[in-house]
Amino acid sequence: MSVTEKVGRETIDGLAYLGDITILTGRSLRALLVAPLRGQRFRAQRAIHQAMMVGVGAIPILSVISLFVGLIMALQSAYELRKLGVIAFVANAVAISITRELAPLITAIVVIGRSGSAFAAEIGSMKVNEELDALETMALDPTDFLVAPKLLGMAVMLPCLTTWSDFMGLLGGAAFGVSAAGFTFGSYMQATLHALIRRDIVTGLIKSVMFGVVITAVGCQEGLATGLGAEEVGRSTTSAVVKSIFMVVAVDLVFTLLFYLSSSR
Amino acid sequence: MSGQCAAKADLMLTDSSKSDASADHAAAIVVRNLRVNYGNREVLHDLSFDIKAAETITILGGSGSGKTTLLRSLIGLEKPVSGEIWIRGHDLCCISAAELAGLRKKFGVSFQGGALFGSMTVGENVALPLREHSRLDDASIEVVTRIKLEEVGLSGYEDFYPAQLSGGMKKRAAVARALTMDPQILFFDEPSAGLDPIIAAGIDDLILKLKRAFQMTIVVVTHELVSAFRIADRMILIDKGSILAIGTPDELKANQHPRVRQFLDRVPDPENSANEDYLERLTARLRL
Amino acid sequence: MPSVRIFRRACTFFQAALILTDVKLEIATRAEGSATVMDLGGRVTLEDAPEFLEALMSLLKAKKPPRVLVNMSQVSYIDSAGVACLVEAFKVARDSKIGFALFGLGPIARDVFELTKLISVFELYETEQEALRGKSGTPSSS
Repeated sequence: MSVTEKVGRETIDGLAYLGDITILTGRSLRALLVAPLRGQRFRAQRAIHQAMMVGVGAIPILSVISLFVGLIMALQSAYELRKLGVIAFVANAVAISITRELAPLITAIVVIGRSGSAFAAEIGSMKVNEELDALETMALDPTDFLVAPKLLGMAVMLPCLTTWSDFMGLLGGAAFGVSAAGFTFGSYMQATLHALIRRDIVTGLIKSVMFGVVITAVGCQEGLATGLGAEEVGRSTTSAVVKSIFMVVAVDLVFTLLFYLSSSR
Repeated sequence: MSGQCAAKADLMLTDSSKSDASADHAAAIVVRNLRVNYGNREVLHDLSFDIKAAETITILGGSGSGKTTLLRSLIGLEKPVSGEIWIRGHDLCCISAAELAGLRKKFGVSFQGGALFGSMTVGENVALPLREHSRLDDASIEVVTRIKLEEVGLSGYEDFYPAQLSGGMKKRAAVARALTMDPQILFFDEPSAGLDPIIAAGIDDLILKLKRAFQMTIVVVTHELVSAFRIADRMILIDKGSILAIGTPDELKANQHPRVRQFLDRVPDPENSANEDYLERLTARLRL
Repeated sequence: MPSVRIFRRACTFFQAALILTDVKLEIATRAEGSATVMDLGGRVTLEDAPEFLEALMSLLKAKKPPRVLVNMSQVSYIDSAGVACLVEAFKVARDSKIGFALFGLGPIARDVFELTKLISVFELYETEQEALRGKSGTPSSS
């Protein structure tokens, strides 16, 4: 195969994959939004179960990581700000970088590791055990039954987790501010609130919703595409993590660009 | 030889295909010229047969004969390359998703490995179709669930997870789940494979009772001769993706076709053709 | 073969119409002395089970007659959901000391009760007279 052929094939495969996860997302959204209006079942309990698994379980690890990242951000920015003699601006630097970018991204990566991979493994092993076939023959659509509740759980929980991560990140920054930059806790928070505008937080949360959708779609798509045999489940899980991280960063770039363009006017 | 088989099968079909259109009334399942591929390899060649309402039919065949593929096509999990499958007057290839869902609510399928949902208890597994498709309240669903588990001899295991059950128990739980909605057509994939003789006989008994009590149409894919002859009203013998013989157990017993005799008398293949068959068996599950 | 297809479609439609006319579950109650007799007709299935249960429960809970007899002689088919409703009603009746018996089971219904292993659980009678006479007369199959 020539290089051009290879590039062409890869591009087509990539686009086909994008199409697959878009279709999966679309069908799940239909199950969530349209079907209940037509009087079909809305599986609230399954969505709540997913939300608990995705959300509550992630809080401890997410708290620690966010706290550390907040602290690291403060240290890194204080490095440069100290030279300029404006170490008080460390609060601004931490607040803006955490809420706009780091909290959504860290949350997404933690959730990919915990839940995106779990989705792929769960659905993949269901496929291997003929459970997906069984669902179909019971007139239950695997998308409606499995993917849609996960999507809802994720889309609700990721912004919540991101908010929590925002808070913990700021707390990490405050730990530095209070101990090394001459802030009191109150004055640090004052400075943070002063630095933030609503837009910083809202754009972060919008991104996190998109991340949730992407993580669910990729995780479930990988699970559904699992081949035959138990080792295929492992392959799906790995590829769900790798592809999710890539997709999340790509979506992050697109949305950040959109926010940038829309704000420059 | 395969042409001969096809001719023979055709001969046996004539009386049912004569009254083709009106056959729909009596027939629960009508299959015409069915061809199914795995990848580029054709695994079912031009099958045609009828399954009447309220009859028990066993699909017999060796490993890799295509009998499981046939079952998967009948329940709409495998798309045929050509041919028609009519189930209760609906053409499987051409019905809408909603119609297919409606049809499948009248199906019960018991998979070979059970295919129970690992994240749910046995009780939840059995109750699932009712929870999703009926307006029954929780109390009634629980009663039905317990009745079904009692029928298969698994009462008291409601709160167990599938992973905690033995292979035979899983299979029986799967049968209970297939029965939850009192289906009109019940499909079994190897119901007694891997079970001890007593439990296997219990499943045969259950199939006979179900047929009598609920007038179910029952399709059983199996390679267990004893059980097949015990439960069947009619049998279809499949070999290498073609129909070798169709008929009542007595007709099959009287059939003198060498390959039929070989299967029923459990004679191993002679060495030279065995090599080919062996290769076939080894590669039967490869999806090319 | 479009004509064959059309014909098949027509057959299906006709079949469906036939089933629809048969499917309706009919429930009527009447008083016979101190007992209340519930006459069932048609098919007792999953589709009608909630209404069937509602009818049984309102009879048992609101009216509280001393004895309830369910007439199964006109039932052409009963499925597990129907049986489950009878089980629930039986339990409620027992808890509130109401006599509860079935009579006139056809062979098919009897098979269903046998399959679900409930044949010896219920109080069963052949005819309405026997059911009205109750246990003092010929004992049920239990």
